[in-house]
Amino acid sequence: MIAGARVAAQIAVMTLILAAVAVLTDWPRYHQIPAQSAIIKLSFTHGSNRQAECRKRTAEELAKLPPNMRKPLECPRGRGPVYVELDMDGRTIYRASLPPSGISGDGPSRVYQRFVVPAGLHAVAARMRDTARTEGFDYVKSGEIALAAGDNFVVDFSAAAQGFVFR
Amino acid sequence: MRPLLRTGFEYVERGADRIFQPQLNPLVQLGALGFFLFWIVAVSGIYLFIFFDTGVVGAYTSVEAMTHTQWFAGGVMRSFHRYASDLMVVVLAVHMLREFALDRYRGVHWFSWFTGVPIIWMLYASGITGYWLVWDMLAQYVAVVSTELLDWLPIFGEPIARNFLAPSSLNDRFFTLLVFMHIAIPLILLFIMWVHILRISRPKVNPPRGLAIVMLVALVAVSLWKPAVSQGPADLSKVPTNVGLDWFYLPLYPLTDLWSHGAVWALLGGFTLMLAMLPWLPPFRRPKAAVVELAHCNGCGRCVEDCPYEAVRLVTRTDERPFLQQAQVDWALCASCGICVGACPSSTPFRRTAGLKTGIDLPDFPLRTLCERTESTAAALTGPGRVLIFACKHGAGAGRASDTVEVPCVAMLPPSLIDYVISRDLADGVVVAGCAERACYHRLGVAWTKQRFARERDPYLRTRVPRERLTTIWASPTEQHGFAKALADFTTAIATLPPNRPVAIDRLTTSAIETPELSEEVVP
Repeated sequence: MIAGARVAAQIAVMTLILAAVAVLTDWPRYHQIPAQSAIIKLSFTHGSNRQAECRKRTAEELAKLPPNMRKPLECPRGRGPVYVELDMDGRTIYRASLPPSGISGDGPSRVYQRFVVPAGLHAVAARMRDTARTEGFDYVKSGEIALAAGDNFVVDFSAAAQGFVFR
Repeated sequence: MRPLLRTGFEYVERGADRIFQPQLNPLVQLGALGFFLFWIVAVSGIYLFIFFDTGVVGAYTSVEAMTHTQWFAGGVMRSFHRYASDLMVVVLAVHMLREFALDRYRGVHWFSWFTGVPIIWMLYASGITGYWLVWDMLAQYVAVVSTELLDWLPIFGEPIARNFLAPSSLNDRFFTLLVFMHIAIPLILLFIMWVHILRISRPKVNPPRGLAIVMLVALVAVSLWKPAVSQGPADLSKVPTNVGLDWFYLPLYPLTDLWSHGAVWALLGGFTLMLAMLPWLPPFRRPKAAVVELAHCNGCGRCVEDCPYEAVRLVTRTDERPFLQQAQVDWALCASCGICVGACPSSTPFRRTAGLKTGIDLPDFPLRTLCERTESTAAALTGPGRVLIFACKHGAGAGRASDTVEVPCVAMLPPSLIDYVISRDLADGVVVAGCAERACYHRLGVAWTKQRFARERDPYLRTRVPRERLTTIWASPTEQHGFAKALADFTTAIATLPPNRPVAIDRLTTSAIETPELSEEVVP
């Protein structure tokens, strides 16, 4: 093969390989959710109340402790679980008792859940229990939301706002 | 599966040989191409970083500005950055498959294979963090899925996916962190790439200039034809429903919609573990490593120079002989290719020592056995054109009949053995049949043999060897037709030559001495 023709062939082959690579960098396209769908995300990080109240140590108990550890109050670190429910159009789509995080179980409970739902008008209700009670809920929020196709709707919780936040 | 893969590679490589010639064949330059692509990505990345703004809004707008307002520079650089990164994935995958097909992943090769596994992870981490920085719809998709995957691992206190819940969740400092990661991870990648080649003698980290130019021209052509562009600004209040995925870096991302995150991690972990353990599945039965015979080693260092695996080094002399150094073999690195035997000036069949000893030898296939087989095979040759073949066991000449002496690598042959065969009239002609030039199993065997025969590398083939009686055939096992034709042509040519005559004893005594310190042992 003549040198010039050989170099041209080499460039052509290399360009074809690279062109194939370039095409595969954005094709075929990927549809994460079906058309006319949206996503509802339930996500928050929230610590429930401590499992036990702080207790005042007795004088005998304090005397037994090293001088540098003689705190008058003994406060157990452990937290209880956070119970949460999410309803959509009258149907519960998520229900969980979220354990506290951390080795000592003293961290906040966390949740991150994603739900693919049809676009349109939906009634959404979120409920949470973060105390020792076994009946009822400490926080409830409900409302109607209009989801367009491709919307990303978030159900969050804010302790500062003292309740659920829809955004 | 491996033989099938090897056959497939050989056919493709033969085709590439015709277009690129063996010296520029990209399939035999994959490691060097990987390094070359890394540098392209690094240089283009530095250029892009100059104009990049690390902010939620600024990230997208700055990338858009450099893509469109300076398409001839920033735009091309962005395309270089992306396509060279993608080509690195392709090069890595083919390189890995080829080394597996050629059985270069176990035994002494385990280290390079094993250290290649973290390279895969670092390359993907580099590419994926790069996609985040653009902060377009694809970046949003990649960021959300990546963080959801990472959150499955119990290593983060706060779920990092919450950073991408809503537009208000994200702040500029997150992009500063991402930029830091996108610089730090490739640096770690480069470090592991360096470790990867530590045990390779004369590693190729630069492709031939011709191939590098061809690749750059092709990159420019593709960058102009299909510039890398963004896919619309990220909007966390929307789901990126229709994204153009980079199928080289993100092929597993759609799997997260079908499988649980734990299952995806199990797949990744299992695949990584399988790759890492492959050199020992099943354990490789290695032939015994080369051993140094101190009584015949003068510490000349030719074996050190020629070893493709850096398994031989020179250390301070431990015996009473008047030499400063001696060769020492690291058995863990030795592939028993015998190239050191061929390099040793003591490896000459003309020597008259008890049992034909040499300075460095293979316990499983010593020089003495090689010479005995040469003599017995030559003795069985008949006809006017007696051709003796020395064949590499990885090449086309392997597994032949009675006219062939098989060796682990043709560079195991000391040039004096060729001289011995011709000068003693053991055969009329000699064929040295090695692997294909592009795919020498022991990497340097073909090159060293060529240089020794051309008298460019010590030990030289002596000038008295008539070159018309010696030929080399470089062919892979799939090139049997070419091998047979070359052999037939040579045999015909040898048959037409006048009869070979043994070199006279008086001529031998004056010319056979090439290493003075061994002169008392050299006999005609």
